[in-house]
Amino acid sequence: MLGRPRLYTAYRQEAQLLPTWTQKVVCTLFVAVLFLLPFDLPVISHIPLVRFLGDSDWMRPMALLMVLAIAALGLNLLAGVAGQVSLGHAFFMGVGACTAVYLGGSSGEATWGHGLPIWIWLPGAGVVAALVGVAVSPVAVRLRGLYLAIVTLGLVFLGIHFGNTSWGRKIAGPPALGREFPGLDVRLWKEETPLINVEDDGHWLWFEVTDLQKRYLFLLVLTIAFTLVAKNLTRTRTGRALQAIRDRDIAAEVMGVPEFRYKVIAFAVSSFFAGVAGALFSALSQRILATDFGLFLSVEFIAILLIGGAGTTSGTLIGTFFVVMVPQFVEEFTKWLDRAEGGLTELLARFLLTEGDDFGIINTAIQTPGWTLSVFDWNIVLFGALIVVFLIVEPLGIFGIWVRVRNYWKRWPFSY
Amino acid sequence: MHALLEVDDISLRFGGVTAIDSVSFEVREGELFAIIGPNGAGKTSIFNSISQVYRPQSGDIRWKGASIMGTRPDRVARLGVARTFQNIELFSHMTVLDNLLTGRHIRMTGSFLAGALWVGKAKREEIEHRRKVEDIIDFLEIEGWRKHPVALLPYGIQKRVELGRALAMDPEMLMLDEPVAGMNLEETEDMARFILDIRRELGITLLMVEHDMGLVMDIADRVMVLDFGRRISEGSPAEVQRDPNVIAAYLGSTELDTSTAE
Repeated sequence: MLGRPRLYTAYRQEAQLLPTWTQKVVCTLFVAVLFLLPFDLPVISHIPLVRFLGDSDWMRPMALLMVLAIAALGLNLLAGVAGQVSLGHAFFMGVGACTAVYLGGSSGEATWGHGLPIWIWLPGAGVVAALVGVAVSPVAVRLRGLYLAIVTLGLVFLGIHFGNTSWGRKIAGPPALGREFPGLDVRLWKEETPLINVEDDGHWLWFEVTDLQKRYLFLLVLTIAFTLVAKNLTRTRTGRALQAIRDRDIAAEVMGVPEFRYKVIAFAVSSFFAGVAGALFSALSQRILATDFGLFLSVEFIAILLIGGAGTTSGTLIGTFFVVMVPQFVEEFTKWLDRAEGGLTELLARFLLTEGDDFGIINTAIQTPGWTLSVFDWNIVLFGALIVVFLIVEPLGIFGIWVRVRNYWKRWPFSY
Repeated sequence: MHALLEVDDISLRFGGVTAIDSVSFEVREGELFAIIGPNGAGKTSIFNSISQVYRPQSGDIRWKGASIMGTRPDRVARLGVARTFQNIELFSHMTVLDNLLTGRHIRMTGSFLAGALWVGKAKREEIEHRRKVEDIIDFLEIEGWRKHPVALLPYGIQKRVELGRALAMDPEMLMLDEPVAGMNLEETEDMARFILDIRRELGITLLMVEHDMGLVMDIADRVMVLDFGRRISEGSPAEVQRDPNVIAAYLGSTELDTSTAE
């Protein structure tokens, strides 16, 4: 028989980020795997599902995932923790990207730029976005719920419009074309050879790494740092004040939580996250395009929160993984089916795939005549359906499902 | 015994409705002052005026001699005024522990940056204040509920958690808005015991609104009776009980005109 459970004997133990040994071990292993993932290590490659992540095809979605995760963590602080639903998150990302390209981009006839190094433009992107967030936050004190969502939605259109103005073109480049964005290379100042080269193949310390691997590791370190900050904010005084405002704003004030100040803080921090993520987002494609920061991106973040579980840090990360990776899986799955020869998989392929006119629902032909949809279209349908299903069945998202599974096994064999 | 809180001739109107009509009273240090009256008499409006959620149009409210009119609610809380609510206003998605720790908010000083990085004062503070909160959990006998989200707790426990959240603020005066509303006899007696302990052990001045006459008559030092926003009587529980105006307000009367009372 098992003995007594390990009990906490000091508040300090309980206040730890990962209070139990199981959590410590699992989390360390997980982070270690994340760091080793891009390399073709024999051990890592044998973990199921991970194998194909070693392919460089998967490095791009992983990089995008991490950038969106940083932004989603920011929105989670604002919408999930503080309860201020904002549809303007893409706007703040755009502000960050514009600031970054203004500070870090090269100046030319049609463009403004100062060519400053990353340690200025990346934090600068966050700070300027945060300041814009502070400027917007008084609106949130007067509006709540749906009304705030609509007002922040307006920001997205203002942002797109700004991209079309003469100033906007000087910063974000011509519409539909965009402008070159500074890479992630770390320089001390404006020197030719970077201090840490991130954008080209080369070696770090004693290891040979490709540009994709370098970028992956660079973003991984940033994402972990932002995750820790988000988690710490949530579990300390500020986080409790924000949650108090979300749950009962008047009671929170009577308990001594200044509503105005904390809403400003929520907007500032969330926009900081968004600004940094926006700059990284453009840095990934090395091109800034004002129309990238549109309504669809904002809605994607809302979907991330709803699917992952609003208000929880780990839920936000799971949600981002889901929203970025599920389309990839579906696409990969279809390709795999298409290649299948013989046996069950070919039978399945017969049923699911079509080239336009025969039996099947997924159209693999280039054009999509008839009523069948392409993989891309199916992904959008799946995405919408998931939001509906989660809202109705499990409002706490994947995190809620996890809590239920965990509690079931904790109590097993008892039902409660 | 000097007055801790002085309410001086306040009036509060919502459009054409006069919720509070020239009410004055004072709460002395260390006493248990109760406000009673029929539904809609303006009892909760007085609480909301003291915590400055409502702004009375005229009159003055003084805390230790200094006016608090026009102060923000969170500043009033900082002065040492805590309260509970008639309909439970707990932070329903948070655990009991987090609710009580939110009560400690005004006693904590760690900056949000230190909190974000989990360093220095913010980190030490979390543990220090946890200790304080555990004392309150122990005092109110809610140890078993510590980590439960409050929305899932039974009503009586929620009331107790709300009392705990107010106590966590280390207040000098605690305002209880119907602490035993909707409770059975056993729960009422438990709550009465907690209220008396708060007064005796923690030395906190109490201002209470309550409908349970038995409880008010048993534990209050002084009672004020309101009807239609106006004060119709004030005195010791025994005096108030005999006051013909009070009897008229509660039971109805054809002989007495309540407007002549002072």
